[in-house]
Amino acid sequence: MACIEARGLRKSFGATVALDGVDLRVEEGRILGLIGPNGAGKTTALNAILGLVPYQGQLKVLGRDPWTERDRLMCDVSFIADVAVLPRWIRVSQALDYVAGVHPRFNRAKAEAFLARTTIKLSSKVKELSKGMVTQLHLALIMAIDAKLLVLDEPTIGLDILFRKQFYDSLLNDYFDRTRTIVVTTHQVEEVQHVLTDLMFIDRGRIVFDHSMEEIESRYFEVMVNPENVAAARALKPIQERQVFGRSIMLFDRVDRQHLASLGEVHTPSIADLFVAVMGDQNSQAHGHAAAEGAAQ
Amino acid sequence: MTTPENAVPEPLDTREIVPVSTPWPLYWSIRRELWENRSIYLAPLGAAAVFMCGFLISLIGLPSKMRALSALNLAQGHANTPYEYAAVLVMGTAFIVGIFYSLEALYGERRERSILFWKSLPVSDLITVLSKLTVPLIILPLLSFAISAVTQLLMLLLSSAVLLGSGLSVATLWGHASFFHFSLMLFYHIVTIHGLWYAPLYGWLLLVSAWAPRAPFIWAFLPPFVIVGVEKLTFNTAYFFEMLRGRLMGPGAPTSAGGNPMDVMVAHTPLQFLSEPGLWTGLAVAALFLAAAARLRRYRGPI
Repeated sequence: MACIEARGLRKSFGATVALDGVDLRVEEGRILGLIGPNGAGKTTALNAILGLVPYQGQLKVLGRDPWTERDRLMCDVSFIADVAVLPRWIRVSQALDYVAGVHPRFNRAKAEAFLARTTIKLSSKVKELSKGMVTQLHLALIMAIDAKLLVLDEPTIGLDILFRKQFYDSLLNDYFDRTRTIVVTTHQVEEVQHVLTDLMFIDRGRIVFDHSMEEIESRYFEVMVNPENVAAARALKPIQERQVFGRSIMLFDRVDRQHLASLGEVHTPSIADLFVAVMGDQNSQAHGHAAAEGAAQ
Repeated sequence: MTTPENAVPEPLDTREIVPVSTPWPLYWSIRRELWENRSIYLAPLGAAAVFMCGFLISLIGLPSKMRALSALNLAQGHANTPYEYAAVLVMGTAFIVGIFYSLEALYGERRERSILFWKSLPVSDLITVLSKLTVPLIILPLLSFAISAVTQLLMLLLSSAVLLGSGLSVATLWGHASFFHFSLMLFYHIVTIHGLWYAPLYGWLLLVSAWAPRAPFIWAFLPPFVIVGVEKLTFNTAYFFEMLRGRLMGPGAPTSAGGNPMDVMVAHTPLQFLSEPGLWTGLAVAALFLAAAARLRRYRGPI
């Protein structure tokens, strides 16, 4: 069974279309990165998955309808919707008491063990903690819940690089066990490159790119083209070309690796470069479309 | 999305066994309210403490007052007065705390964005709204009753000590104070008025708190004023105003102003109270307001 399955998912706020027919399928045991520019519909998609907003279209999360069966779904799903949503007045010990009291799958010992590795005191109030510590506390609470699906919406925004690194290390080492599913959105794509098993790009309410990391590694190649081979490389129709220190760097989709190796140095592209290439392509298509429409009129 | 061979999930039995505990969401949600809003017990306690200070000072003049009282053989009720004041002060404080608490209850969590955290836990919107209703409807009244009763008992014991110390008999005091009878009436008043009769008022405040985009206080109190004004202008009647006053003053309150609402209750037997149609319509309206508040909370996110 798929962990998340959406078909024709739509959501609009007044005249603004946030989700414009999203189809997606996330299998159990995957770590999916949902990447997109601001306002692309990432948070709306996650909110629909978490049953926080009503939607049109078909959506099943762990076999349930998230809007109508939200209360039961929340036993198996946990999420960090945003940093700094822990109430400022609560004490660390009270937060542990409360989650232990209401959540049937909360392992208090696990949360306390995680907190023991930090400098967070059980008697502190959230408002006395630094931003990084609040995130650590939230993560300690969420990771001690034996959930089937964990959703993270910009979990590391506003944190320094040490905390961000620690965050993903904890997630991989202490939490992920290949039976859970994790969905994460972030702008700091470089940091999740080696964490993800799957990558999706979302733009203007549509999924425009949907591949596993293995597929990406076997299909997309970035070549630092030797100067004498530039013309030959361009003939292979790279999906993107940029100049770095006077060298041409080209991104190819489904071109034979052996052939590319003869033109220059071949790498797996970074998510950021892939994103720029795919989104740039999207934009030029959209512009081309608009221009064609303009010409037709 | 495709699933490559190497990412096939491991069998479930390799998972850590987590002890499954029985959740008590309502109980813990109410405790959470008490952690967050310490004014629920601090304000009535503070009111009682201030009153006790005043009472201690007044004790200095008590022996001479009691002599005069015995000499004049005044009506029995008079010695009760400071005890009534104590109860009115504590319960009035609790009532005001209840109003501000209810207005903040479902608005504050949206303003401080913590609603996103609460909604990430398996606690339904209805349980959340009920836990927030419990505070003004059950916890504050019972707490204010307990604080009033303890305050009154302390007052009685202190008075007795002062009178004994100045060689006077305490029989008059204990006879007049009729302490236990008064406590019983107070408890009856609390259950009927604060627990049942006021339910739609708190329901309304919670509904506004769940809905208001900002300034819940204004949204809660302005519409009744507008309705009263429009009714007066258009029909030159005051039914809505009378209804509101009846709700605030208690069932069977005289239409003309004046009198202590507690006195009215003393005259009201349980049977009369339960056969009051206003009680049942009020409870029905409260249920509607609460259902609407719970429904609204589903759609509401941080503001």
